[in-house]
Amino acid sequence: MESLSNKKKQLVIKPPNFWERAYLPAIVHGLSITMSHFFKKPVTIQYPDEKREFSENYRGLHSLKRDENGAERCTACGLCALSCPAEAITMIAAERQKGEEHLYREEKYAAVYEINMLRCIFCGLCEEACPKEAIYLDGDIVQSDYLRKDFIYGKDKLVEPPLNQ
Amino acid sequence: MSTFYFIAFLSIFFSILVISAKNPVHSILYLILTFFTFTIQYILMNAQFLAIVNFIVYMGAILVLFLYTLMLINLNKESEPVKPFMVKIAAVFGGGILAVALISSLKSLGVSDPVVLKNPELGLVKNLGKVLFNEFLLPFEVSSVLLLSAMVGAVLLATKDPKEPKATI
Amino acid sequence: MELADIAIKFGLIIIIFLISLVVAMYSTYAERKIAAFFQDRVGPNRAGPFGILQPLADGAKMFMKEEIIPTNATPFLFIVGPSLAILTACIGSAVIPWGQNLVVGGRTIPLQVTDINVGILYIFGVVSLGVYGVMIGGWASNNKYSLLGAIRAASQNISYEISMGLSIIALLMVTGTLSLGEIAQQQHGWHWNVLYQPVGFLLFMICAFAETNRTPFDLPECETELVGGYHTEYSSMKLGFYLFAEYINMFISSAVMATLYWGGYNYPGMDWVTAHTGPAIGPLIGTAVFFAKIFLFIFFFMWVRWTIPRFRYDQLMDLGWKILIPLAIANIVVTGIVITFFS
Repeated sequence: MESLSNKKKQLVIKPPNFWERAYLPAIVHGLSITMSHFFKKPVTIQYPDEKREFSENYRGLHSLKRDENGAERCTACGLCALSCPAEAITMIAAERQKGEEHLYREEKYAAVYEINMLRCIFCGLCEEACPKEAIYLDGDIVQSDYLRKDFIYGKDKLVEPPLNQ
Repeated sequence: MSTFYFIAFLSIFFSILVISAKNPVHSILYLILTFFTFTIQYILMNAQFLAIVNFIVYMGAILVLFLYTLMLINLNKESEPVKPFMVKIAAVFGGGILAVALISSLKSLGVSDPVVLKNPELGLVKNLGKVLFNEFLLPFEVSSVLLLSAMVGAVLLATKDPKEPKATI
Repeated sequence: MELADIAIKFGLIIIIFLISLVVAMYSTYAERKIAAFFQDRVGPNRAGPFGILQPLADGAKMFMKEEIIPTNATPFLFIVGPSLAILTACIGSAVIPWGQNLVVGGRTIPLQVTDINVGILYIFGVVSLGVYGVMIGGWASNNKYSLLGAIRAASQNISYEISMGLSIIALLMVTGTLSLGEIAQQQHGWHWNVLYQPVGFLLFMICAFAETNRTPFDLPECETELVGGYHTEYSSMKLGFYLFAEYINMFISSAVMATLYWGGYNYPGMDWVTAHTGPAIGPLIGTAVFFAKIFLFIFFFMWVRWTIPRFRYDQLMDLGWKILIPLAIANIVVTGIVITFFS
């Protein structure tokens, strides 16, 4: 068949010449290659001790943000859950009581906010959907665990710590 | 001397086990032990070279090949054919005749000449080499020719017929 | 022999035994570390500083593991296999001359357990016996992979023993003795045998690789084809013995190569050093040089292992029978001609 790209090459396997059949020169060459690697710096990153530098827009673990007074920004509007292609996010909304103004910014807040990390694909659509700038994927790598139920992260793991601490 | 008798007893004991063991691989392993006792006998006679050659050639090479073949053909107790009664009788008869021949030939040699005591250094490499290449040069070379011809014969048997098409890799 | 001599001999045996065990133990660590360096990795570094306690951790793991004897195995032979492997690996060190005679307080201490006058042949015999450990273990496991590994080990060892023996014969024509002690003495200073027998050394080294079942000749245990080869069914310390025997064998064959071809404990200018340090320290420096040579060889073993891929089985046999044996015979003939006409 006619070649379309004109990049086709016919490979010819030549019979090995004397030096190639003598093995030893090839072995010495191989040994010199490995020896050159012996003195190279190891490329290993020893993970828990060292961490690879992430890029600016790396999407890691989610965090629920607070505003400048330390109140939670999330109003449990459910847009993040709606936008989530993997359906990883669920929440239960509740009404803010008297005396909780310093805890929640708006009158409505998320009493329960859960992300299933086994479903999450870290696409960042929740981040884009949020009108209150309450959720960002700016955290670390999700930790490993033994049970599936431990991968459902609640508010205890997701909300960022209070400002004064 | 008591060491000799102990080792000799072990040799006979293991060689009886060789022929009485049901499993052929076990009987080869007993044969290895028998040859090992022979090695000890040679050392007791201060024949170091013979001892070590017996060790290398018989224990280290020939019996490994025996074991190798036996492992490949995988003989079991179940697959061993029951030999007819007449064959058994013939085997006993033949073995008896061999034993008689061996004993009578040993007897005609007279009481064992204590060679070792005359020259205790005889078994060392240097003396053995001198004896082999001076006194017994002709038999030594003839036996090497015999081995060579056996080797050529083995190669001839193993090579394929050149007319047959060569197997392609 | 008086009591003090016996005590010294006994002490020497214990020391050599311990040294070979410790060297084998740290060879496992060195192998992993060196492999890591060749592959741009870090290697074991968790147990102690630089992972120096890794062999102890491995040993503890081996001892703690469950000991399994398969139902269809032959129990007695299943245990005999690894025992024989480690036994034959350990007794090889008896005839190796570790150094010149040591003179301490007017007493001469030979740094060699026994100088029998068939030393090389003894080593050779022990090496040829080593295959029984593999064969018996492989057969007794009652497993197809183990049996194939055992059979490969047997045929490989027999094939390479021949060219090993032939390469030694050429060396013996040069040295004129079978005793390792005398061979080491003859190479005083820089008269190392490798200068007279370079081809013989190359052949011997290739055969030593094959006899110790190291890559590129590790067909008896090749993981990619035979699961684990002859030790597929083994677990716990019995597996540990098989693996350990390989490293002791490597140590012993490095020592033999250093003694036969690379001058053993001899080094240029040793007379001057001995004259200046006295007869108690001088020989120990020679022993240190000997060990340096051994470690270089062990490093070379590992270097080759992480460079060259395994041979295919027919290539292995071709190399052994069609290349090494004719080369070894040619080496003998050339050596004989040179000795007859030039000396």
